[in-house]
Amino acid sequence: MKLNLALAQINTVLGDVNRNLEKHLTLIKEARNKGADLIIFPELSLTGYILQDLVPTVALHPDDSDPVFNQLLEASRAIDIMVGFVEEDSRNRFYIACAYLSDGKVLHVHHKVYLPTYGLFDEGRFFAAGDGVNAFDTRFGRVGMLICEDFWHASLPYVLWLDGADLFLFASASPGRGLPHTNNGCEPGKLDSARWVDEINRAYAGLFTSFVVHTNRVGYEDGLNFWGGASAYNPDGEPTIQGPQHQEALVMTELDLNQLHRTRVRLPLLRDEKSSLVLKEITRINQKHNA
Amino acid sequence: MPDLSIDTELARTILTGFIKTEITRSGFSRTVLGLSGGIDSALACYLAAEALGPENVLAIRMPYKTSSKDSLEHAQLIIDDLGVQSLTTPITDMVDPLIERFPDMENRRKGNIMARQRMIILFDQSEAFKGLVLGTGNKTEILLGYSTLYGDSACAINPIGDLYKTQVRELSRAVGVPQALLDKAPSADLWIGQTDEQELGFTYEEADRLLYLLIDQRYKPEECVEAGFAANFVKAVIQRVRKNQFKRVLPPIAKLSNRTMGYDFLYLRDWGT
Repeated sequence: MKLNLALAQINTVLGDVNRNLEKHLTLIKEARNKGADLIIFPELSLTGYILQDLVPTVALHPDDSDPVFNQLLEASRAIDIMVGFVEEDSRNRFYIACAYLSDGKVLHVHHKVYLPTYGLFDEGRFFAAGDGVNAFDTRFGRVGMLICEDFWHASLPYVLWLDGADLFLFASASPGRGLPHTNNGCEPGKLDSARWVDEINRAYAGLFTSFVVHTNRVGYEDGLNFWGGASAYNPDGEPTIQGPQHQEALVMTELDLNQLHRTRVRLPLLRDEKSSLVLKEITRINQKHNA
Repeated sequence: MPDLSIDTELARTILTGFIKTEITRSGFSRTVLGLSGGIDSALACYLAAEALGPENVLAIRMPYKTSSKDSLEHAQLIIDDLGVQSLTTPITDMVDPLIERFPDMENRRKGNIMARQRMIILFDQSEAFKGLVLGTGNKTEILLGYSTLYGDSACAINPIGDLYKTQVRELSRAVGVPQALLDKAPSADLWIGQTDEQELGFTYEEADRLLYLLIDQRYKPEECVEAGFAANFVKAVIQRVRKNQFKRVLPPIAKLSNRTMGYDFLYLRDWGT
């Protein structure tokens, strides 16, 4: 089975959901015309990233009563969509969220679990943290979604893997930082932050013998730049595509889902994984910490 | 010793993108900058011309009677090379009446007056030319506070403020700043014979390497000494960075209400764009 995937690496208007929605609908149409089965958008793709006090003014409810989601759900009848937004729950907590839409329905919503609040990041000040991760079934198999800092904690992709995810969809609004030196052998044209993300995503694909795809914001917010560079890795850890750095693009790639079978015959890491051992040892370590 | 070399092509891509994006999203398409004849403003001018097109850049030369002739000529080299729009507005007649009122005025006050007069001209031309003022301060001078508050540090956006002076030199070379500018000693040119390194008491190369370890790499002072820097130099630089923090932040507002600018009224400048 083949999955035609469109990775949207886009700029956004800070705090203007309707203008961002327009761009989403345009790209969804373009991806569909190019034969895509699924299009994924970056973290907070409907709102922009450094929202600060704009958070309550851009929050949405991921269901068809919401005028924004209503249009996205309608569009999802032709193509599956993963989109980034701010969710306000029924008790007025705000989450960085991403939703997977298919055939007019919301299949899954993930709330970002790890909110970086250090260095240039200040998410914990404005958002509530998610408290769980779940893989979910789609027409392309079982999927796990994570948002940026979530996949810097190896435990979350690991849990999703055990929960059955064979396709990892990662979304970021990763501020570019770390201008590489000329003489240290790094790939030219890529910031340190871009290299770090690519390296770990490639490692996850290889370690979990799964597909790992990632898309990221482009553009500027005040002095911050976002580097784009969408990517996809197959279960052998090989890249199937790499989007341009620092430019908007709709990056297309075909994933051959049968590769899961071939790789896992060669390398049965999933078969041999000892999750009971992990549970036993984590329980022991937690008990020791709590004692 | 730390490696301060940079991927100049990548820096150029990010910085021209920054200039273009941040100027156009505020509803402008043009920029104004002061061209001193030194490499900081030269680099900013090359980046701006590339980002916006030379016809959308107004480079202004603002000599004082003691300014070096080289400064004017070097600025002209850039104007000719890039084909940017230009203006020469001498400041002598504007600042001398004030300076003459205080016969005992020392160089620092005179220098500040000149820097602030140039700021007035830039912001006035900003309105006339309908372009935003481009900052030309580098990371070294911002950290050391080697600038005049509301003078040369005043701007709408600053593309080169995260590059140390030695990195400015590297990027300047890469974008084609003329060799004559790259070769000469950096100078604020506020009085005859002034050079930055003489006034600061150390070279930019030394300061940049130390600042890179302290700021970018988060070295402790004692680790910098272990890395080979003199203890009193480390101490002097750290003190300078701390004492000049006031130049890097907006003036604090005394909080009274439930919502106050700077504390709990938080929006990016790019809000809504």
